[in-house]
Amino acid sequence: MTTIGFGELKKGMRAKIAETPEPKDQVLRLYEMGLVPGTEFKVVKIAPLGDPIEIDLRGYRLCLRKQEMAGFEVEILG
Amino acid sequence: MKSKSSAKSAPKRVALVGNPNAGKTTLFNSLTGSKQKIANYPGVTVEQVSAFIEQDGVRAEFIDVPGLYSLDAVSEDEAVAVSVIHDKSIDLIVCVIDGSNLERNLFIYTQICALGRPIMVALTMVDRVEAKGEKLDVEKLSKFLGCKVIPLVGHKEKGIAALRTAIFAELANPTISGPVIDRTEAILPLKDRLNRMGFDLSVEELKAKIQEGEPAFEHYFDQFPELRPDFLLAKEGLERHLDPSARYHWTSKVQKEVISQIKKPRRAVTVTDKLDLILTHRVFGLGIFVLVMYLVFLCIYTFSKPAMDLIQNGFNSLGGVLGNLLQGAPVLRSLVVDGIVGGIGSVLVFLPQILVLFFCIALLEGTGYLARAAFLMDRLLGWCGLNGRAFIPLLSSFACAIPGIMAARVMPDQKSRLATILVAPLMSCSARLPVYMLLIGAFIEPQFGPFWAGFTLFAMHFLGFGLAIPVVFFINKKILKGKRLPFLLELPPYQLPKWKDIFIAMFTRGKVFVTTAGTTILVMSVIIWAAGYFPRYNIPAGTPPEVAAEIQLEHSVLGTFGKGIEPVFRPLGFDWRISTAILSAFPARETVVPSLGILFSLGKDDKKLDEKLSKKLIDAKWPDNKPLFTPWTAVGLMVFFALCAQCFSTLATVRRETNSRKWPWVMFIYMTVFAYVGALIVHLIAMLFGAS
Ligand SMILES: Nc1nc2c(ncn2[C@@H]2O[C@H](COP(=O)(O)OP(=O)(O)OP(=O)(O)O)[C@@H](O)[C@H]2O)c(=O)[nH]1
Ligand SMILES: [Mg+2]
Repeated sequence: MTTIGFGELKKGMRAKIAETPEPKDQVLRLYEMGLVPGTEFKVVKIAPLGDPIEIDLRGYRLCLRKQEMAGFEVEILG
Repeated sequence: MKSKSSAKSAPKRVALVGNPNAGKTTLFNSLTGSKQKIANYPGVTVEQVSAFIEQDGVRAEFIDVPGLYSLDAVSEDEAVAVSVIHDKSIDLIVCVIDGSNLERNLFIYTQICALGRPIMVALTMVDRVEAKGEKLDVEKLSKFLGCKVIPLVGHKEKGIAALRTAIFAELANPTISGPVIDRTEAILPLKDRLNRMGFDLSVEELKAKIQEGEPAFEHYFDQFPELRPDFLLAKEGLERHLDPSARYHWTSKVQKEVISQIKKPRRAVTVTDKLDLILTHRVFGLGIFVLVMYLVFLCIYTFSKPAMDLIQNGFNSLGGVLGNLLQGAPVLRSLVVDGIVGGIGSVLVFLPQILVLFFCIALLEGTGYLARAAFLMDRLLGWCGLNGRAFIPLLSSFACAIPGIMAARVMPDQKSRLATILVAPLMSCSARLPVYMLLIGAFIEPQFGPFWAGFTLFAMHFLGFGLAIPVVFFINKKILKGKRLPFLLELPPYQLPKWKDIFIAMFTRGKVFVTTAGTTILVMSVIIWAAGYFPRYNIPAGTPPEVAAEIQLEHSVLGTFGKGIEPVFRPLGFDWRISTAILSAFPARETVVPSLGILFSLGKDDKKLDEKLSKKLIDAKWPDNKPLFTPWTAVGLMVFFALCAQCFSTLATVRRETNSRKWPWVMFIYMTVFAYVGALIVHLIAMLFGAS
């Protein structure tokens, strides 16, 4: 199983969260929004200039910055 | 007045809590008939709001609170919600859950139900569930949640009556639900062993000890290696980050159990996806955004013209009629015609524009486009140290800075919140519209045509936003310290705006505008009038009336004062009358319009009472008979108003929201300096070009 960093995701990719960083305060909110290990999601859109990125997870749309997702490793599903 | 005894007893308290954008306020309005703001983006409600209703002799206070994603609040609005949830005087927590976004919405339920409080669930947006071709098994959901669940559509009557009945039934006979996820399982093996060894520790005590992470407690297990595996298991089980995982594991299981696809969705590709293809397009997205904003200002300029003319004529003829009636009492006549009718009237004529602006903003907010605009703006705002989230309060500030400043509560960290608050009043609020419309109507449109008129209006609104970016950059780099939290923004599905919500937005803000006109502006107008009318000066008989009026005005309190401060504003190309009007507008900036009106009509012949204010401005002259206003002077004055902090209520709100005296002062000073320098630059440019 190969994983890539969150920042390398491309539009339209389906992926699964494989590894997450230490649960510091800044990261806890990401977990609480549903970005926990094993979560599958789809990259819906990447804004002009590469950031932020819109993903579809758990039946809703969330927009976040690739930059701020350091430490999140994902497994590509297709 | 059915039963006096129960009406007298303290009202029951019911709180509507849940995720942002779940439909809490919609429900609150439907249940209580209130008119709170509803829009399609997360973070609309930022304060708690109450309303009372009575049923069968039981009085209940309904409380609408800001949305929250977790009991571990990160922002000020979430903190408000958390404090309501923990408030023991709440008799029933109604957890509002968006049925079309069940998996995420249930997360907060797993936290709230564990508090062991009276609880029930209002399941909103069941219409969306149906549109997706899904069926939601409410019975089953209710079993999983361990409390009553009422499905409904918030803005229709569907389910509202059932919910009201259920709420009062629960108040009489509450359901206390327990935790649906019990991580104490992980501690049980350790607890059993310890209990067997003779340590009488309860689950709670043990939990607390493990979570405290006391080294002495940990070392204790070094002495009993056989206990160590159980201890580690317990410790891991209580880890904070495992917590969300366990909860989401449960919510996704529930989602799968209760929702089944019964039909094909009505549309294969959702409308949201289709619209987003264009609206947030990599290349066109930003262009479309600018175009949308331009259209907004064009609408304001063109659509409100007829209504405005109507009101203007109304006030002018009212002035004429009253003037004739009061012919015999010159002082009263001037007070009523110049001071009151001329004062408030000159502001109220701009009500149509302001309503059109509120309409456009409500449309952007109601459809869900605002959240997309925030998505597009993130990069730009990110460059200066804010993020896309800040765009929402900033755009609201185009209606009025006060709700904008309040809306900054959604910013997840104090640093971004303060930076957003400090630049919110730079956004050109609706109170500046009258100034722009007056000056554009008098000096830009007649000479340059409607295209440039619309453009000027757009440019004035853009100016503040454009300046906000370097200001925030500076504030973030030099002034504020502190960590930043990651940018997270939920993008709700697009929807057709609900006319009722748009009407509420227009009505509530329009009311504020009219009330200000009837209070602050009325008082200021009368003060300005009195200062311009008294003391009466002895003018030699035979002076032509036009000249006499001018001499009188120049010798009044206002005239003396105005001449005194004129040197300060002279470098900007403003005479004493404009300077006085500017100063009179510090409490509330719209006052400049009546002030100009009073200043320019007191200095005029009585016979020209019903002349339009714009005409008076066009006719105004310097002492050397050159026209006072050129288009450049008008632009300079507009720039001054676009940038100046002329609003006491805003400063008071900043004081309250930042809980400090320092920040309102910082804001006042930097904005006033900007205004002065901005107008100065315009005047210098004018002199350069004017010469050629
Ligand atoms: N289709 C549908 N839309 C709804 C329903 N209830 C609310 N909405 C829409 O959902 C959006 C959010 O509604 P609000 O009532 O403002 O949500 P809220 O929970 O108060 O949101 P915050 O104040 O941001 O926490 C609005 O655009 C509503 O019109 C519903 O039952 N069905
Ligand atoms: Mg709300």
